[in-house]
Amino acid sequence: MPPALSIRNLTKTYASGFTALKGVDLDVQPGEIFALLGPNGAGKTTLIGIVCGLVNASDGVVHVHGDDIVVDYRKTRSIIGLVPQEVSLDAFESVWATVSYSRGLFGKGRNPAHVEGLLRALSLWDKKDEKVINLSGGMKRRVMIAKALAHEPKLLFLDEPTAGVDVELRRDMWEMVRGLRATGVTIILTTHYIEEAEEMADRIGVISKGEIILVEDKAALMQRFGKKKLELELVEPLSELPAGLAARGLEITDAGRRLVYSYDTQGERTGITALLAELSSAGIRFRDLETRQSSLEDIFVDLVRERA
Amino acid sequence: MNFHAVKAIYTFEMARTFRTIMQSIISPVVSTSLYFVVFGAAIGSRIETIDGVSYGAFIVPGLIMMSLLTLSISNASFGIYFPKFTGTIYEVLSAPISYFEIVLAYVGAAATKSMMIGLVILATAAFFVDLQIQHPFMMVLFLVLTSVSFSLFGFIIGIWADGFEKLQIIPLLIVMPLAFLGGTFYSLDMLPPVWQTISLANPVVYLVSGFRWSFIGTSDVSVWVSLAMTLFFLVICLGIVSWMFRTGYRLKK
Repeated sequence: MPPALSIRNLTKTYASGFTALKGVDLDVQPGEIFALLGPNGAGKTTLIGIVCGLVNASDGVVHVHGDDIVVDYRKTRSIIGLVPQEVSLDAFESVWATVSYSRGLFGKGRNPAHVEGLLRALSLWDKKDEKVINLSGGMKRRVMIAKALAHEPKLLFLDEPTAGVDVELRRDMWEMVRGLRATGVTIILTTHYIEEAEEMADRIGVISKGEIILVEDKAALMQRFGKKKLELELVEPLSELPAGLAARGLEITDAGRRLVYSYDTQGERTGITALLAELSSAGIRFRDLETRQSSLEDIFVDLVRERA
Repeated sequence: MNFHAVKAIYTFEMARTFRTIMQSIISPVVSTSLYFVVFGAAIGSRIETIDGVSYGAFIVPGLIMMSLLTLSISNASFGIYFPKFTGTIYEVLSAPISYFEIVLAYVGAAATKSMMIGLVILATAAFFVDLQIQHPFMMVLFLVLTSVSFSLFGFIIGIWADGFEKLQIIPLLIVMPLAFLGGTFYSLDMLPPVWQTISLANPVVYLVSGFRWSFIGTSDVSVWVSLAMTLFFLVICLGIVSWMFRTGYRLKK
């Protein structure tokens, strides 16, 4: 089976001379949730724009389920759904009309049952006859999603889906995305909320300054870059480390009340046992201890900084 | 051919028209009636017949043409400019639809609306003057060709415009003067010879002349020249539109 999305050497230089993408290669497999992570201006929206037909590429090729997006644009676009970052809707249309319009626009015949199902799933059913202009911001975003799903796409792009969205809607969206994946839809979401990628994605790609600097399984990524921290809450505050312990890379925080030890989960030995033994022989006693895994956010910040 | 998409856009655009049906129809009816009262009754009663018909009947084709031109341009330019302005154009650009289908749907809807209003004005005119239509087939042909060509022209303006002001400037500064100077209210041979020659550079002259021929059977320029000029304008507009879409001009980055 060909990849749901296959990108080779994708390059985009805008008329202003700004190069948003510098030879991007990427494959996304059918049925996976892929998160494209990167700071503002990294090229995420440009990449989506090219695949969906909003931006002309300067160079490179893109295939969607094996078909070229330029040559076979009818085939590829009819199976792509896009929820853009910004909410733009026809203010004077009813929810029902605008969602049905999208279905027709993407070449599908009327199917009131499908539209009804969508509106119910997105808690929009009781607003179906309401004009878009009368809806709240969160509701408008739901309408954008309903429009993108109206033609039953197989590849869904969510560009910053939860930027400025309340907690409830965010939870609903995550729920919905998982439901879609269960029906075989491939989902590509861009975000700069690490939490979102961590929560949702199977694989994560990190893009920075127009280049994909890493693509990896979320779990593997967490493990590869995952550092753990051991924090010890001391009984008596410490102003400086005893000589023997200084070499271990310990940090004193919280005005001497805590000791922090970082270690690599991949390492052969973590050094925890030895550390604890040394502390005890130095007469440092502790009241409590905890270990913490570094989040994707820490990993991400490290990666982007390394590149800068 | 993505039939569903063309239908979706066309229906959407027509729904927009019907939402504002009162102002869409009443305002041309009122303004046409005013023209008849002022030019047809007040001034026309002092003018001899022109080309064998009363002045009131003489200006009917010109008035319809003038409305067709301005309405086609405003309908079509607004129809494509507004989605660009609000951002909803993203959906059309990402849809599995060819440029030809986009133009067909938007321009088709704009032209339909102009033709509907053209016919309403014609019906209004029938209340004021004794109408005769000698060549009904040619009348309909000119009606359709003019509505389509100028809707295309409006579509071009709508894509080109990057502000509401630009949307107004061409209709106001170019089309209106050309329409008034295009023989709507007079026959070209009423002008001094120099101005008759200059008028031949005005494309509206050919439209009005050909359209008037289909009503009263006489015209300033040959009806075939009129038809050829109308088709020529249509082809030029088609050329510009296809260039715009090929290059993504002001639509795609």
